[in-house]
Amino acid sequence: MAARVVVNVPASAKKGDVIEIRTLAGHPMETGFRHTQTGQLIPRDIILRFSCSYNGVEVFAADLHPAIAANPLISFTTVATESGTLEFKWTGDNGFSAAHTSTLSVV
Amino acid sequence: MTTRRHFLILAAGATAAGASGLAHAQLSPNIVAQRKAALEEAIRKSTGGAELKKGRVALDVPPLIDNGNSVPITVKVESPMTPEDHVKAIHLFTEKNPQPYIMNAQLGPRAGRAAITTRARIADSGRVIAIAQMSDGSCWTDEVSVVVTLSACLEDGLI
Repeated sequence: MAARVVVNVPASAKKGDVIEIRTLAGHPMETGFRHTQTGQLIPRDIILRFSCSYNGVEVFAADLHPAIAANPLISFTTVATESGTLEFKWTGDNGFSAAHTSTLSVV
Repeated sequence: MTTRRHFLILAAGATAAGASGLAHAQLSPNIVAQRKAALEEAIRKSTGGAELKKGRVALDVPPLIDNGNSVPITVKVESPMTPEDHVKAIHLFTEKNPQPYIMNAQLGPRAGRAAITTRARIADSGRVIAIAQMSDGSCWTDEVSVVVTLSACLEDGLI
């Protein structure tokens, strides 16, 4: 099942402007510290890494840990340098992987 | 005989004592010590033993947290963000979680501004620490003491 992600990027920006990007990925971020009612440990299942590439160049990346809340929200900024695509990637435990591409036009 | 004035002074004292003891109320001292050591180890690893200086970093966490499962955290760092002088990484830690690390964000001059937001789980009342690692290798820090009423990891009974 493809993971649901929401990415908020302005559609257009002036050259040199700092734009804010907000991302949200649908994921339980199971910590690996909880037990079921029968006492079995629930194995860890988290997103480990998030990255954002601007026209193929990585401009932001983050390593996530179990202390990140479920459905991780990550917000950061970047400078609008040229029109192009922003690629977002999430990878994690159990082969989890999600991706999203946004286009940004710089005027 | 206890006058009204005496009573008020006593009550204020008891409240203050309760608040100062709060940080250790839920976890046993042994685990608190272990987690403190783990935190110091994690900080040392991420900064490479660089000296931590106060300032330049603004950590924004609500001081009173109703629900530790989702705590908004914003970190802003004063930096020109030029190729010569920028923030390389922002590290976030908590004192009382089973693992101290929350997040490690890697930035560069193309970020424009050093400002990130995320949501974290916080297990118990204690410190939240943000460390910004600059391109010249210096480390700046800010910390906030928070009070958590509903802990994350509550199902665990805080082992």
